[in-house]
Amino acid sequence: MIAVFALAAIVAIVLIFVFIARQAIPMFWETDFAQEASLRDLFFAKQWPGYDHPVFVWQPVGEPEKFNVVPLFVGSLKVTLLAMFMSVPLGIACAIFLALYAPRAVREVVKPAIELLAGVPSVVLGFFALMVIASWAQATFGFHFRLNAFVAAIGLALAVVPVIFTIAEDAIQSVPQTLQEAALALGARKYQVALRVVLPAALPGIAAGVVLGFGRAVGETMIVLMASGNAAVMELFDFTSSVRTVTATIAAELGEVAQGDAHWRVLFLLGVMLFAVTFVLNLIGDLIIQRLHKKLTAS
Amino acid sequence: MKYTRKDWLLVGVAGISVGVILLILAVLLGQVVFNGAPVISMEFLTESPGADMVSGGIWPAIYGTVYVTLLMTLAGVPVGIATAVYLSEYASASSRLARLVRLAVNNLAGVPSIVFGLFGLGFFIIFVGGGMDALLNDGPTPVWGKPSILWASLTLAVLTLPVVIVTTEEALKRVPRELRDASLALGATRFQTVYKVVLPNAKSGILTGVILAVSRGAGEVAPIIFCGAANFLPYLPTDPRDMFMHLGYHVYALATQSPNVDAARPTLFGTVLVLLTLTFSLNLLAVILRARSRAAFRL
Repeated sequence: MIAVFALAAIVAIVLIFVFIARQAIPMFWETDFAQEASLRDLFFAKQWPGYDHPVFVWQPVGEPEKFNVVPLFVGSLKVTLLAMFMSVPLGIACAIFLALYAPRAVREVVKPAIELLAGVPSVVLGFFALMVIASWAQATFGFHFRLNAFVAAIGLALAVVPVIFTIAEDAIQSVPQTLQEAALALGARKYQVALRVVLPAALPGIAAGVVLGFGRAVGETMIVLMASGNAAVMELFDFTSSVRTVTATIAAELGEVAQGDAHWRVLFLLGVMLFAVTFVLNLIGDLIIQRLHKKLTAS
Repeated sequence: MKYTRKDWLLVGVAGISVGVILLILAVLLGQVVFNGAPVISMEFLTESPGADMVSGGIWPAIYGTVYVTLLMTLAGVPVGIATAVYLSEYASASSRLARLVRLAVNNLAGVPSIVFGLFGLGFFIIFVGGGMDALLNDGPTPVWGKPSILWASLTLAVLTLPVVIVTTEEALKRVPRELRDASLALGATRFQTVYKVVLPNAKSGILTGVILAVSRGAGEVAPIIFCGAANFLPYLPTDPRDMFMHLGYHVYALATQSPNVDAARPTLFGTVLVLLTLTFSLNLLAVILRARSRAAFRL
C-alpha cells in the first residue's frame, strides 16, 4: 500500500514528459503546422522573403510566422554561461573558506545567510535585478540597454551560488580528516592541503554542484523573464544586449496563443527540450555524487 | 598553525567572495525593507487593489497565496510522507524500486518550474479538467477545464513533493534503531511501529519538511502563470475552481506590465516585503524545528 504512494515521484516524472509531449507531438502530422512552419525551419537557418541571406529568427507574430528555436537556445546558453562565470568561483571560494578556514563563529553566520539567499523566491531575485541591479549597472557601466544579459546573469548567479556552495561544501566536508592530517604531518602548508589534497579529493562533488547549478540556471524562468530585456538577438558574445531565453519565451508567449495553434505546439516542444536537457544534467550530477560517496566511504 | 603568505592570499580571496555574497544579500534585504516598510499599513494588508492595481491594498493576493498554498499542502504532504516512509522503513537500500524512486525524486527536484507550468496546463487543466467537463458538465462553458486554484495547487504539490520527501526521510533516519527494535520485540507489527513509534518521534523533522515545502510553494510564480493566477480580481475567490491573485504573480505583473512602473514602485516594494516576510519566517521556523529535532536524539 505504502509502496503504491511511493511510486508517485516516478509517475509524476512520466506524466510530466507524456503530457507536455502530447501537446507538442501533433505538430508532426498537423496540416496547420505544415502550412505555417516546417520541422526543418525549427532548427536551421532559412532565407525568408525580404532577407538577403539565410537567418535564424524567432518571430512568432511576424508574417510569415518564424519559429526558429536556435536564437532562444543561444540566449539561454549565453545568460547561463555568464551566470556560471560569476557563481562558480564565488560558490567554490565560499565553500573552501567556510569548510577549511573560517572560525566557528563566522561559519555560524555565513551558512544561514546563504541558506537565506537560497530561500529567496526567484520572482524576488528577478525584481531585485530589474529594479536595483539594472539601475546600478547602467549608472556604473553606461549600458545602452537597461535590461540585458549581464543584469539577468547577476540575478541568476544569486540563485545558483547557494546550489553550488551547498554541494561543494558538502563534498569538501566529506573528505576524510585522515587525508588532511597525513598531508600536514608530511609538512604541507595549510593552503597546500586545501588546494592539493582536499580540493582534488572533493573535485567530483564540486563538479556535480556545477552541473546541478547549470541545470538550475538553464531552467530558471522568473529572473530572466523580468531582467533580460527579452529581445531575441542572436549574439553569443555581446553581453550588453538584450536576450531572450527558452524559459522566458514559454512564460511570456503561451498566455497569448490559441490552444492547438502551431505556435502553441512549438512552445510545448521547447518545454520538452528543456525537460530533456535538465533531466540529463540532473542525471549526470547525481551519478557523480553517488560515485564520490561510494569512493570516500570505501577509503 | 601558522599561516604563510599564500595562506593569507587564499583566505583573502575566499573571504572577499563571502563578503560579496553577504553584501548583495544585505543590499537586497535593505532595499526591500527600506522601500517597502513605509507602504505597509492596515489598509495595505486588508483592502482590495483599486482598478489601476497600484492604489489600495493587496489583501486578495495574500488571501490567494495562502489559499493555494494550503490546498497544495493538503494534496502533496501525505503523498510525500508516505514515499519517505516507504524509502526509509520498508524498502531495503539496495532494492531496485527504492533506487528508481530516489532517482525520480532527485530528478523531479531539478525539473524547471516553467516545465511544471506546462505540465499543469497540459495534464491538469486540459486532460483532467477537460475530461471532467466532458463527463460531468453539459453546458458549453468549461467548469473544470480552466485555470483555477485547484489546478494551480495540485501543480505546486507535485513541484514541492521532493522537498517533503527528502526532509522527511532525513527525519525518519534520525529516529534511533533501538526504538524500532523495542517496538517490534514487544510484538508490534511493522505498520504499528511506523505509525505509533517512528512517525511521532520524527514529528518535528517532518514538520520542517512541510514548512520548507510551503515556503517554496508560496514563492513559486512560473508554474502558476498559466494555471490560475489572475492579474486583477476585485473579489475574493470562494470556490477552488475560481482564479486567484497571488503575491509573487502580483510582483511580476506590476513590475513588467504596469503602464507606469514609477507609480507602482511603492506598492511593488510593499508586496515584495510581505512575500519575503512570509517565506523568511517560514524558513526560520524550519531552521528552529530542525535544530530541535536533531537535538532530540543526541545523547
